[in-house]
Amino acid sequence: MDNDIIKSLPHVSSSPHFRSNLTTRREMLDVIIAMIPITLWGTFHFGFYSLLVVIATVITAVASEYLYERLMHLPITIGDLSAVVTGMILSLNMPPSIPVWVPMIGAVFAIVVVKQLYGGLGQNFINPAIAGRCFLHISFAGLMNNFSCANIGFDAMTGATPLAAIRAGTPYSYWDLFIGNTPGTIGEVSILCLLIGISYMIARNIITPRIPVTYIATFAIFMFIAGGFDFNYLILELLSGSIVFGACFMANDYVTSPVTHGGQVVYAVFLGVMTGVIRTFSPSAEGVSYAILFGNLLVPIIERYTIPTPFGKRGNKKV
Amino acid sequence: MGLATFRGGVHTYEGKNLSEHCAIQPLEFDGEFVFPMSQGIGAPSKPIVAKGDYVLAGQKIAEPGGFISAVVNSSVSGTVKAVEPRLTTMGTKTMSVVIESDGKYETVEGIGQERDYTKLSKDEIRSIVKEAGIVGMGGAGFPTHVKLAPKSDDAIEYVIANGSECEPMLTNDHRLMLEEPERIIGGLKVCLQLFPNAKGVVAIENNKPDAIERIQKEIGDDPRISVTVMRTKYPEGGERQLIFAVTGRHINSTMLPADAGCVVDNVATLAAIYDAVAKSTPIMEKAITITGDAMKNPANVRIRLGVSYGRIAEALGGYKEPPQKIICGGPMMGMALWNTDVPVCKNTSALCAFLKDEVTIDPGTHCVRCGRCVDACPIFLVPPLMAKAAERRDIAKFEELNGMECIECGTCSYICPAKRPLTQFFKQMRRDVMTARRAKQAAEAAKKAEAEKKA
Repeated sequence: MDNDIIKSLPHVSSSPHFRSNLTTRREMLDVIIAMIPITLWGTFHFGFYSLLVVIATVITAVASEYLYERLMHLPITIGDLSAVVTGMILSLNMPPSIPVWVPMIGAVFAIVVVKQLYGGLGQNFINPAIAGRCFLHISFAGLMNNFSCANIGFDAMTGATPLAAIRAGTPYSYWDLFIGNTPGTIGEVSILCLLIGISYMIARNIITPRIPVTYIATFAIFMFIAGGFDFNYLILELLSGSIVFGACFMANDYVTSPVTHGGQVVYAVFLGVMTGVIRTFSPSAEGVSYAILFGNLLVPIIERYTIPTPFGKRGNKKV
Repeated sequence: MGLATFRGGVHTYEGKNLSEHCAIQPLEFDGEFVFPMSQGIGAPSKPIVAKGDYVLAGQKIAEPGGFISAVVNSSVSGTVKAVEPRLTTMGTKTMSVVIESDGKYETVEGIGQERDYTKLSKDEIRSIVKEAGIVGMGGAGFPTHVKLAPKSDDAIEYVIANGSECEPMLTNDHRLMLEEPERIIGGLKVCLQLFPNAKGVVAIENNKPDAIERIQKEIGDDPRISVTVMRTKYPEGGERQLIFAVTGRHINSTMLPADAGCVVDNVATLAAIYDAVAKSTPIMEKAITITGDAMKNPANVRIRLGVSYGRIAEALGGYKEPPQKIICGGPMMGMALWNTDVPVCKNTSALCAFLKDEVTIDPGTHCVRCGRCVDACPIFLVPPLMAKAAERRDIAKFEELNGMECIECGTCSYICPAKRPLTQFFKQMRRDVMTARRAKQAAEAAKKAEAEKKA
């Protein structure tokens, strides 16, 4: 048939013929918006340099995605904003005085090795930002564990890392910990700003509270028992380190968490226990990233055993 | 009291405002009328007329071709022009009886005669419904006389009139409830006569308050019939969702509504039952919605079955611009047409013409596993994992993931932010599974036959 005639014919396709106006880009944008409060607090608290770290990491993440896809002759997907999210999460996990090239290397590793080599968005089986962070943690242990920051008068030589400080008897009040008036990574310190961010995501229906609430609850129970039923210890553990940040922005990662509702609960319980184990028994104070990384690896098996019973297969009231 | 509903589903764009205030207008056509022998689920009917025969309006032109199959009646008087395969809405050619109308609409004797249905026996009612060629008019086209004959009449506790009309754009059921509620309630009363222990429920979504009011008024103080107001959500009118919303009972793909003590009929089907039983009129006409942003004049029309969609669209003033997508039925479950010269069947309820095709122009991107489809699936399936199995053509995995429970409602494709063709994957896989099952059955039968031969 003539090409013009074919073009003039109506399209045929299988139903449904409508689509919602929701896009992946919009979902990612909402996650970015949710991270703005913690970014602003980090900038205000640790100084302008922190914002520079965030921006440089984001640019590196987007640029490495673009260059990789360009070199491999793949469709360019930076428009879906997922590289921005990865860059932001990675940079918000950095100590405030980190040399800017460290997270930039991490961003390249996260995007190229963890995400693109496995097929790009949706195909990676571990969270790129967390893998990037762990990569940096191992490669640049000294720099990654240096939480000194001139802006808040915190010196690693005289002060301990925040989590270690707690174990030694904390100098911080609950209020300081809650609003984020403490040393730590750029994004994790302000529980208040994290709660604002996650509330936004829940309100926008980007995430459900299932994973973060279960994760934090399991972790709390574990630490309560591990800490000898000490409430003070429990609250300090909850308010410090990256447990809340991890629960809000890392454990929830779409790609690397289970899609089944039951699986999400199992996964979050695993994360809670794992984080507790690492925090309690490991010399490394930071358990969240590793716990989530291990959790990511278990996702396929968790999903396999948590396939929901379809409607009508249970609870039949046969007459 | 909260609104009746189900878990999952989506709030779609409704688009009903285009035609919901347009009263049903009758349209008559001359010329050719086509009656496909397959109008919905079941075995094709067998034509009993031949080329050159003169038929009257309402005359039976085809017999059921099996147990689950329906009678076909002519909607016009005229001469049989051909009995040949014709293009239908399914996109394939189906054996059809083609009648050239003489424009006189001479009817079979006795049509339109009033009948006091309360004096009819159950068997008489069922045989009238069968002879009237009534099938489910909501979409599937399941023969109604089969539905009305469950194993036990006493076990039926609910007769549900489906007036939810959850498909976007469609307004023909809504208008029918507003304009002719007496036919719907009449049909419901006929059904209740068959089932002594049943109560009648008219289920309507809460986006049609005027219809709820009108139906309530029509019911009056009949103690056996009530209205259930449901939350506006797609697919509220799906059989399994509807039964759950009204009764709290669950059925799955291997069960019939009767297994949960229910008989579900679309409001238009009930109206047809009333016509057949109380007015001695077989199914000849149907109210359908002609809508979409490409239509010059969106409308609800009453037409005789067998006329082509293209002629109806033309009679209404045609298109504003050539539409990029034309759908027979609603946008969520309807069939896309490339040619509108196909006849209106008993089970089709609308023509939607759109200037823009939202679907084929967007190829979709990778799944990010956001899980919205999992939340939205009314059957609690896990579309991302099923899609993975579908991409690998892994039939065993697809079945393990309960893929055969899928109702193909389109909710997952609708909600997907990556615009992946999920429902489309599943439709293909379900057909593949059925083919594999049939092949296996055939192989087993052959093996058995061979074993018997040897013995």
